[in-house]
Amino acid sequence: METFLGLDYPTWWFLVIGGLFSGYAILDGFDFGAGAWHLFFKKDHSRRIAMNAVGPVWDGNEVWLVIGGGALFAGFPVMYATFFSGMYIPFMLFLVFLILRGISIEVRGKEEWPWWRNMFDIIYSVSSIMLAFLLGVVLGNVLQGIAIGENYQYQGAGFFEFLNPYSLLTGFTTLFLFMTHGAIYLLLKTEGRLFAKLTLLMKKGMILFMVFFGITTMYTLLYIPHLSDDFKANPILFLAPLITFLAIANVPRLANKKRYRLAFIFSSLTIASMLVLVAIELYPTLLFSTVDPQYHIDIYNAASSEGSMENMLIIVAIGTPLVLGYTYFVYRTFRGKVQLDETSY
Amino acid sequence: MDTEILARIQFAFTIAFHYIYPPLSIGLGLLMVIFESAYMRTKNKQYHILAKFWTKIFALTFGIGVVTGIVMEFEFGTNWAVYSRYVGDVFGSALAAEGIFAFALESGFLGVLLFGWNRVKPWVHLVSTIGVFLGSMFSAVWIVVANSWQQTPAGYHIVGEGINARAEITDFWAMVFNPSSVDRILHVWLGALLAGAFLVLSVHAYYIVKNRFVNISKRAFKIALAVAAIFSLAQLATGHSSAEGVAVNQPAKLAAMEGHFPASASADMYLFGWVDKESQEVTGLKIPGGLSFLLHYDFETPVTGLNAFPEEDRPGQINAVFQFYHIMIAIGMLLIVLSLYGMFLWWKGKLFKKKWVLWTFVFAAILPQIANQTGWFAAEMGRQPWVVYGHLRTNQAFSQAVTDNQILFSLILFLIVYTLLFLLFIYLLNKKIQHGPYETSEDEHSDRPHTKEITQIVTGN
Repeated sequence: METFLGLDYPTWWFLVIGGLFSGYAILDGFDFGAGAWHLFFKKDHSRRIAMNAVGPVWDGNEVWLVIGGGALFAGFPVMYATFFSGMYIPFMLFLVFLILRGISIEVRGKEEWPWWRNMFDIIYSVSSIMLAFLLGVVLGNVLQGIAIGENYQYQGAGFFEFLNPYSLLTGFTTLFLFMTHGAIYLLLKTEGRLFAKLTLLMKKGMILFMVFFGITTMYTLLYIPHLSDDFKANPILFLAPLITFLAIANVPRLANKKRYRLAFIFSSLTIASMLVLVAIELYPTLLFSTVDPQYHIDIYNAASSEGSMENMLIIVAIGTPLVLGYTYFVYRTFRGKVQLDETSY
Repeated sequence: MDTEILARIQFAFTIAFHYIYPPLSIGLGLLMVIFESAYMRTKNKQYHILAKFWTKIFALTFGIGVVTGIVMEFEFGTNWAVYSRYVGDVFGSALAAEGIFAFALESGFLGVLLFGWNRVKPWVHLVSTIGVFLGSMFSAVWIVVANSWQQTPAGYHIVGEGINARAEITDFWAMVFNPSSVDRILHVWLGALLAGAFLVLSVHAYYIVKNRFVNISKRAFKIALAVAAIFSLAQLATGHSSAEGVAVNQPAKLAAMEGHFPASASADMYLFGWVDKESQEVTGLKIPGGLSFLLHYDFETPVTGLNAFPEEDRPGQINAVFQFYHIMIAIGMLLIVLSLYGMFLWWKGKLFKKKWVLWTFVFAAILPQIANQTGWFAAEMGRQPWVVYGHLRTNQAFSQAVTDNQILFSLILFLIVYTLLFLLFIYLLNKKIQHGPYETSEDEHSDRPHTKEITQIVTGN
């Protein structure tokens, strides 16, 4: 098998996709999180500020999902096909909420009527909450495994099979993580009373996150042996959850010191380290079969051809610096506190 | 209803709805670049106002295009799992390239385009506008490459058998430049540019008829008219070369487009008609031997017909393919006539004199939209029964794991959400149009020739 710097192509591709989804979780994570708090702000002006904080960037953030999805399709088509068709209902709900959320950002400010603005505020906030939650639910199903049988066919058929105790736990954990992350982002973007309120909200979000993260970790260690085995065999891997805890614990400390930018970097690191944790638990598997271990989907049986992977790695190598460049450019242009003008939402 | 049909209805519905918006974004993008460049060169404030006005409408189409587009990317996996495994190596590559090269460019600069007017230097803003426009052009490239590969596969080999068979790329550039991709990319681009140009024509024609924002509208109308005239003529060329390609690469599709049944005989070209699949007859107005002439410059040369293919390899809905194809062509011709007639009136100095011409332009905005939709329906239904031409049948490509109830659920969800979305789009578009291009009433007054003169007299300036 071809290798590059000592790693085979599927492993590289696993890292690329992991990186893309981490980038997506960090970026759309803060704008889902910010949206989840939306109804906690009472005044129209506060809501406008909060919405315009994500206004110029939400669309660019979602591009990471598009690229991640495309990369999964290209790199591991078997995983893409089996998982997306297996998780049909949660993905369909995800798409519909994504539409509703994007549209409410676009149109909320287009009319002055209170009922109009309230309606889109509610749609915006509820869909932000549901999106964060569904991402967690989907992740929970990846970790726990789904019923894959012969020929990589998903065999479950229940409408609500994607909801189970573990996926609910990961759903809430993700929601509260994003809410904490989103609150910090808004701290960077707001002033005055809204800012003061967010300081309090951020702490609440963090406590909820820590509680759920703790429970989820215990549940994983106790009930999901295929995930915890790696850890028991290599205790050094326990560093990953430890780093996650330390990173999140560092956030309020930095916030108290008013070093919000650094706090935001640390909450991003928390998300990244959680996904590193997920990657360690999975590798080289992508999706566990609950039917029989021989039907596990891993990075080798799901992979595209080597030639294709090589082409795609070249494309990624050319494209990534460009993407990072545009991202830097747009965040730089809109750095600092939100200022409303005639082009704002 | 069975799962295959439901999956096809859902895909057709979501893609058709999606395809209202990206062409508008591409077409408006070009005009925004023109307006903004004109402002940079001439420093005429009206161009600046036009650029800003159309950017707002662009924002609306772009937003809906993005959110409905993400649906498409997921649907391959959710509803067409067998297909996704089969083409992942090829289609996935094109899709990933689209994400990295096109969407990132588009969305990266979008924030600056929409909200950066007061934050960056004018030339940086123009660069952002160009970035967004190019990004939208590139995104059309990659997705059409992927679709063209399904029509005319190249640069691949098949590995495995039965449900585990899959296509693998052997030559990336042969895959990208497969026999139909260049023709189809150009055809799609021009269709999109026309959609944008005719929307601009429509809105400004409306203002002129209503005697509002007349000065600025005449300026915008002339630019858009030139764009429309150039591209509607060019579309004739790309359309012709596309049809020649279809004749070579997908003869069954071409035969369905013209309702041509005999296995090998000279083929007629219909201006309009109705295909009866049972009796294999077409009723309508035709040019005898027209299709033969179009392809071979000779009225007698035989063209392969539907009967040359086994029943199970022919498109199922021949009459539908025929109708969609003919509607597209008729509209294409109409757009040429309209824009050339407009150019003629402009040359004669009578462009804004005839009210009925302006009203025609007001309603003509819908025409490129219909042509874009029917063109795609002809292309995709004409490809049937194959999802990958000659290799994978549509009835084998859908997700086995998804039940009909699940699809029905999602289909109803999409129907409701997209209906609301469409109503919202029309409402907001109308609101923006009624509000007009000016942000302040002061600017607006300067656009009324009479008022301006009166002001001059009153204030003595």
